[in-house]
Amino acid sequence: MALLEVENLRTHFFTRAGVVHAVDGVDLTVEKGKTLGIVGESGCGKSVTALSIMRLLPTPPARIVSGSIRFAGRELTTLSERELEDVRGREIGMVFQDPMTALNPTLTIGSQIVEVLQRHLGLDRGPARRRAVELLGEVGIPRAHERIDDYPHRFSGGMRQRVVIAIAIACEPRLLIADEPTTALDVTVQAQVLDLLDDLRREREMAMILITHNMGVVAESADEVAVMYAGQIVEHATAHELFRNPEHPYTEALLAALPTLDDPAARERRLAAIPGRPPDLIEPPAACRFAARCPYAGCGDGCALEAPLLRELRPGHWARTTHPASERTTTAATA
Amino acid sequence: MSEPLFAVSDLRVHFPIRRGILVDRTIGHVKAVDGVSFEIEEGQTLGLVGESGSGKSTTAYAALQLLRPTSGSVRFAGRELTTLRGASLRHVRREMQIVFQDPYASLNPRMTVGRIVAEPLQTHGIGNRRSRRATVAGLLELVGFDPAYTNRYPHEFSGGQRQRIGIARALALHPKLIVCDEPVSALDVSIQAQILNLLKDLQHDLGLTYLFIAHDLAVVRGMSDTIAVMRDGVIVEQGPAERVYTSPQSDYTRALLAAVPVPDPEQMHRRKGERQLLRTTLTHA
Repeated sequence: MALLEVENLRTHFFTRAGVVHAVDGVDLTVEKGKTLGIVGESGCGKSVTALSIMRLLPTPPARIVSGSIRFAGRELTTLSERELEDVRGREIGMVFQDPMTALNPTLTIGSQIVEVLQRHLGLDRGPARRRAVELLGEVGIPRAHERIDDYPHRFSGGMRQRVVIAIAIACEPRLLIADEPTTALDVTVQAQVLDLLDDLRREREMAMILITHNMGVVAESADEVAVMYAGQIVEHATAHELFRNPEHPYTEALLAALPTLDDPAARERRLAAIPGRPPDLIEPPAACRFAARCPYAGCGDGCALEAPLLRELRPGHWARTTHPASERTTTAATA
Repeated sequence: MSEPLFAVSDLRVHFPIRRGILVDRTIGHVKAVDGVSFEIEEGQTLGLVGESGSGKSTTAYAALQLLRPTSGSVRFAGRELTTLRGASLRHVRREMQIVFQDPYASLNPRMTVGRIVAEPLQTHGIGNRRSRRATVAGLLELVGFDPAYTNRYPHEFSGGQRQRIGIARALALHPKLIVCDEPVSALDVSIQAQILNLLKDLQHDLGLTYLFIAHDLAVVRGMSDTIAVMRDGVIVEQGPAERVYTSPQSDYTRALLAAVPVPDPEQMHRRKGERQLLRTTLTHA
């Protein structure tokens, strides 16, 4: 059995302007010790998916309208707030984008780690403090025993994110959800933090959900990748498969729009921009949500009329499109 | 040989560190920019890369005299800028414009799109109300923004559309040089590509010269003829883009390149090893 199974998750926001279908039928599974990357552009629903799993969205306006979230055999959607508090931070750790705001500026970093250890593991102050020093060492903070009594402002962005990671892994969670953990950081620091997360996952056999807008980051860190667009997963495969043989026109377009480091003709070349923008999620189209921007959506082929389902094209490779890359020549031939 | 359009030499910007309550004492200096030199030929792009705090934005601001440099020389179209004051400096500034990073913060939310783009014309007393309206419509069309929305406000538009407004404003005075300060780092990948293509087209059509500042090395490569890599206020490596990317000379450039996540899982292990090696080299240096 998978560690986390999300089935047909729908999270909607009830606003004055209308009902925003932010997450609209997401299925996910995360296996023990593996990393699932969720990638997509702003507003695609990747963060709302993560926050729904943790039940951290403010209700109202947000509400999980349907679906189930099973973590280690336990249904999370029906747990009370009290029961959830024992899951959050204890069994599921979370790392957010901005290390500047994730830490309390009025408390030393030591007390913020100790607090977690006392609350969840019931450690006494002394042992909790010793453990906190160990944790800071594990995440690569030099002279941890001296720095434990420093306030967050004394640390750089990368070091602060390490502190946030130390808090997230303090109770040895089975699952770590990292939402854009490196977006606020410089590239060299980003690489260090990603390498750290990967090492920790390996050592502790911890599963991880890595949410990012950066294709490069998922390629380097994830075992499996789910690409989200307009509240839905449009493609799901192993990282190898997805980057080698992308099937969905959106995934292909995203990869083509990326500037690359090793193209000698880059200066002369124009990038393959994706025309238009994602649909409004207040009244999402009943048809394929990518149809308006899709180069393969023609008239009469149905994808502007009805929504394609996520189908398995090859074992483990799923795509939600009428025009997957592997079927395209045949489609063109019959058209 | 003609002089390059823009030449910066030995530029320094030092900020004093002050201490004291009744009497301010200067106890030291932060050397934000410490001896930077570069040249940009007309119609070319210099890509200035570096991590946060490396001094790349400060270099640009000091070069445009938006911040007075501590020392050094900045020559633009044959004129020395560091000694210019008042009206003559304002006059030269017409020809040097900036596109800022955050299109959410750099457009006045209380002004309509039309007024934002017309403002530079108004400030410099160019044209009358009617001719300015026509100019604004032409500029908006040039950057791919529908002039029908001239009377709307910035918050009604997405990041990419807002950045187009910012670019139209920068173009209003027919500048020769545009400083692009992280122009796409706040945008999504698909939108980023649209804006980068627009900047390339404009450069080609209008013969613009760019100083392109960014932290994303892949973005910079596609935009630049020459590259300067900054770290701690100095340029650690400079040269033709192709050379800097294919055979970087400085360990720092190599570390930067190795740190960029590449969308190819097969390169992952090799790159991770490379990074660890460079990290030790850099910390022992």
